[in-house]
Amino acid sequence: MSEMSAMNRKIIQNLAETFSRQIKHFNRTEMECLIRLFNGLLGDQSDRRAANGLDRGKFRNILHKTFGMTDDMIMDRVFHAFDKDNDSYVNVKEWTEGLSVFLRGTLDEKIKYCFDVYDLNGDGHISREEMFHMLKNSLIRQPTEEDPDEGIKDLVEIALKKMDHDHDGRLSFTDFEKAVREEDLLLEAFGTCLPDAKSIQAFEQQAFQDSLEN
Amino acid sequence: MGVALSRAAQWTTASSGAGKLEVTPLNESLLKEILRFVEQFSSKYPQEASILFMEPLQWETSLQPSDFKNEYDISGVTVKSQETGRDGQPLLQLSSSTISVSSFSQLSKIVQLAKNKKLKEVRACLEANRDPIVKILGPSFATVEGEDMSVLRLLEKVSEDNVSKETEVKMKLLLLLQQLDTLLLSNSLKQITQEVRLSPATVKNDVELLKGFCGEGEKRVLKSVEYTSDFEFSNGCRTPPWRQVHGEICYLIIETCDTDPLYITCSTAGVFLNGGIKQEGDDKAYERKSDVYKDLVTLLKNKSPHFTKNIDKQDFTVNEEPLLTQKMEHVESVDAEEQGQTQRSYELEEKNVLEKARQQRVRNKPGGSKKSEPSLKWKNLGLTSPYEEAGGKKSTKHGVNSKFVDGQDRPVRSGSKKRANFSLSSLAGRLSSQKAKSAGGGTGTVDFSESSSESEEDEEQPERRPESNTDLPSEYWQIQKLVKYLKGGNQPATVIALCSMRDFNLAQETCQLAIRDVGGLEVLINLLDTEEVKCKIGSLKILKEISRNSQIRRAIADLGGLQTMVKILDSRDKELKCLAAETIANVAKFRRGRRTVRQYGGIKRLVELLDCVPDSAALTEEQERDVEVARCGALALWSCSKSTRNKEAIRRAGGIPLLARLLKSPHENMLIPVVGTLQECASEGSYRIAIQTEGMIEDLVKNLSCDNQELQMHCASAIFKCAEDRTTRDLVRQFGGLKPLVALLKETENKQLLAATTGAIWKCSVSMENVVKFQEYKALETLVALLTHQPEEVLVNVVGALGECAQKPANRAVIRKWGGVEPLVGLLTGTNRALLVNVTRAVGACATEPENMAIIDQLDGVRLLWSLLKNPNPDVQASAAWAICPCIENAKDAGEMVRSFVGGLELIVNLLKSADGEVLASVCAAIANIAKDEENLAVITDHGVVPMLAKLTNTTDDRLRRHLAEAVARCCMWGSNKALFQLSKDPDNCITMHEHGVVTLLLAMMGSTDEVLQEAAAGCVANIRRLAMANEKARFG
Repeated sequence: MSEMSAMNRKIIQNLAETFSRQIKHFNRTEMECLIRLFNGLLGDQSDRRAANGLDRGKFRNILHKTFGMTDDMIMDRVFHAFDKDNDSYVNVKEWTEGLSVFLRGTLDEKIKYCFDVYDLNGDGHISREEMFHMLKNSLIRQPTEEDPDEGIKDLVEIALKKMDHDHDGRLSFTDFEKAVREEDLLLEAFGTCLPDAKSIQAFEQQAFQDSLEN
Repeated sequence: MGVALSRAAQWTTASSGAGKLEVTPLNESLLKEILRFVEQFSSKYPQEASILFMEPLQWETSLQPSDFKNEYDISGVTVKSQETGRDGQPLLQLSSSTISVSSFSQLSKIVQLAKNKKLKEVRACLEANRDPIVKILGPSFATVEGEDMSVLRLLEKVSEDNVSKETEVKMKLLLLLQQLDTLLLSNSLKQITQEVRLSPATVKNDVELLKGFCGEGEKRVLKSVEYTSDFEFSNGCRTPPWRQVHGEICYLIIETCDTDPLYITCSTAGVFLNGGIKQEGDDKAYERKSDVYKDLVTLLKNKSPHFTKNIDKQDFTVNEEPLLTQKMEHVESVDAEEQGQTQRSYELEEKNVLEKARQQRVRNKPGGSKKSEPSLKWKNLGLTSPYEEAGGKKSTKHGVNSKFVDGQDRPVRSGSKKRANFSLSSLAGRLSSQKAKSAGGGTGTVDFSESSSESEEDEEQPERRPESNTDLPSEYWQIQKLVKYLKGGNQPATVIALCSMRDFNLAQETCQLAIRDVGGLEVLINLLDTEEVKCKIGSLKILKEISRNSQIRRAIADLGGLQTMVKILDSRDKELKCLAAETIANVAKFRRGRRTVRQYGGIKRLVELLDCVPDSAALTEEQERDVEVARCGALALWSCSKSTRNKEAIRRAGGIPLLARLLKSPHENMLIPVVGTLQECASEGSYRIAIQTEGMIEDLVKNLSCDNQELQMHCASAIFKCAEDRTTRDLVRQFGGLKPLVALLKETENKQLLAATTGAIWKCSVSMENVVKFQEYKALETLVALLTHQPEEVLVNVVGALGECAQKPANRAVIRKWGGVEPLVGLLTGTNRALLVNVTRAVGACATEPENMAIIDQLDGVRLLWSLLKNPNPDVQASAAWAICPCIENAKDAGEMVRSFVGGLELIVNLLKSADGEVLASVCAAIANIAKDEENLAVITDHGVVPMLAKLTNTTDDRLRRHLAEAVARCCMWGSNKALFQLSKDPDNCITMHEHGVVTLLLAMMGSTDEVLQEAAAGCVANIRRLAMANEKARFG
């Protein structure tokens, strides 16, 4: 076992070395910690799957427990944003790449990331329908209302009015980017898909310090 | 009879049971008809009359047993008819007051017996038996609305029963009753159609017609016909809305030729005399004082014989009848339909008003009516056209409550508080029609009920909303909707709503108040208590903007927003801290707000925000954010520093060194709040010392030369306050601050800056070294130019500075040369206390120069100064008295001049009674000067100056003693004044006089040619001498 871990350590160090050159925001040590953490998380999974990476359920569990996310649909979308090769598993590279933006991304990176999360069908535009879908549960429904969806529809129109600069009835990346630059609150306009400062701090503290101690 | 009774008769209550028949003409005619029917029944139809009723008709009768004659068995209170039915029951039975009758024959008899109580009996009978046919013929004949099957049913019976005799008779009876019913109905219809329903249009017509009869001369029918109100509602009424609901159309004052003026109310029910409504009558005036007449002409015919006589002689006929009926058709049909329902409710009235409004519009002649507006609030009741299309009672109701016709006034506060508040929005005027349209369209339906305690009306008719919305600025509805999303949305929804709300023009009061009025402030402040940083930021971004409005500030404070924002100052998020501090800076602009900030520990936290490195060359991003936080903190402290206690709290929280450090910042946006805070706090001595000792004067001076006027102003203002201290004045000079101050005098357009600059110059000029510098920079020339056309706060400082500079003789000449004396004298007529104190000082300083004095004299300046002695303020009195001294010294013929002031000498002598030390000293000095003139000395002696001076001699104020002694010495010049001699008998006085160098004066006096004075002076000296001897004896003996 110790032999294994020694070998593992070597591999991890090499991987960290490589990644820290490719991926921004983390130094080598931090990268190593993240890889370790990834391996730790994988350990619980059955061997067969482990080869591929974190599966959807596992990943969502992390989002929920560590970053306090609750919206199922958004969590799926975050998984999707991490899972760049679309194989339904987040591998170690996708994990560190994803976390780089997730934890320490610049505004530009975050805009890109959020847009990817919100562009449900990946056609490069956030359509009315997509917005509606994402905001579906964002309002408390009043039983008295004739059309319970009216509020949501209205909200979608408000968002469009605010962000659809080219007036084509949908948000292109340019629209979205421009709107967020004008008002950065709009970054997560259609769902919370980034962790708040508190959970980032908690996560980093745990990942970087606890891992080092081990 | 059944139908007529249930439909046409006017019952007092709609419910069945023991209803009462109203006493109305209609009912009366119905009853009479029925009575006639009953009376004649037994003689006309004897067979039918004997038919036994299925059930007896029972009612409370007023007949007494004694009323019954033969054919009846009377025993005590019971009466039984001898005629009995088949079962042996008497057909009529009376026990106590209840009577029961079982046949028409008996009914006929009762009617005959009752004589003049006939009608009463019929009424009682009908009231007790709402549907008599049921009792007479059986329940199957009950009067049913709609198709009446009773005849058919009877026919069936007839065929079944082998045509028994009885059924046949019954059938006849029924037919008879139905005949009666038809008769009654047709009669009542006639009656109803006779009833008058007036409309605004007909009334207006009548009035126009009657006005035609007015005029001068023999032929006139009336003197005048006037409305009480010129304002005509769009529905044609001229009565206030709360009277319109009573159906009142207008009030008239008609002067006839032969009666007192008639005060007339025209209502839909007719016209009648009222209690004398002139303009806005009291409630009693609305009461009806006469019968109701169907129209004005009828009323006048009844009231004025002259009118009756002459009206028919008119060339044309008053043909109001056809017009009236034609116009009334519609209303009438409505009324007739409602008549039976007996419910004369508010809604019905509303409806009528609407109908009238419609007629009115049809008939409206362009330019025909004068529309002045006595009170805009009436208009807001808006009985106007959009409602007609909507029709129906609901919309009318709604319209009355919430529609505002005009965007310029408040609505009547009939609705909830919230609704009333909407009016404020309308101040901002209408929106573009496009916007209004969108409000009225898809987005217009908003949940009104949740934010309002308003009655069911609102819930009832959301569908009406869009129509009424169009008259409110669409912002209200949009903001209300957004607030709803804020309330019930998760973070993304809230963020979208917040961002959208920020797109409104939040600097505009309409929007600010709209947010408040729809309950937005509560929600925004609640958001601050959540954990969602984004929501907090979004909310603060809005609060920061709208808190520029003072009403909003108060509302935020009332809702506990300050406490929450103070807590946010502890947040780790710097953007959040900044926004909270900036919002506090706005909200803390009123006293209670500032106090709240302090009480919740806000000052300490705000001071902590100041801690940053402001001036290092290369700042990291993080440090830059810290600087921004510090800036916002300084902004908030600036607002807070207007309260004395907060100044103290800032100092105790260690704010002064932090402010001193920030003062080194190169950025104006940082410096302005910092210097603003400092100059605000400089009213406190502790701060002035700190500003001096912490080396802040240098920075303040440095920033005098920046190119931001606001900053310059605050710096100058801080120097103004701090330069009370000599060291500070020297520091300002040493750091080269005087030159930029003089340079700032050129900024004559910015009055605030000018006031601060001149203030700083004034205070600095107290040091003569500084005055020399000012001379060098030619400040005086500029200052003199500022003596005219400046606001008082500038003038006070300019004059103060001139007064200080003029202490140097060279400057007095400069002031004269540049024409400063004239405006200075002119300012003596002012009322501003601070200004007068400074002006008198400046004039006094100038007066020490004879050439200046000549100008002052010429402008009658001494008289002006003298009259200022009458000013109630002791500072002004003293300053004026001081100024008078050099004037008397330097004026030509000063004695003559002083004498010429009527009552002037008495005035100044009386000031010796003042309690103010400075006044006494200055007046003594003035008296010393006045006393130089012998005649004046005589006058003031007559006014009792000597005993008054004597009274003052026990003072311990050295300044007063000096001038007192001088005055005393001068007064001694007057031959008979042995005052000094007398005074000198008191050892204390001797000491005093001695101390103040009286001896020298006295010695000079002894050398005078006046023997008496010699004597007095010598005596005085002798006394002093004796005292000195005694002293020495005591000391050495």
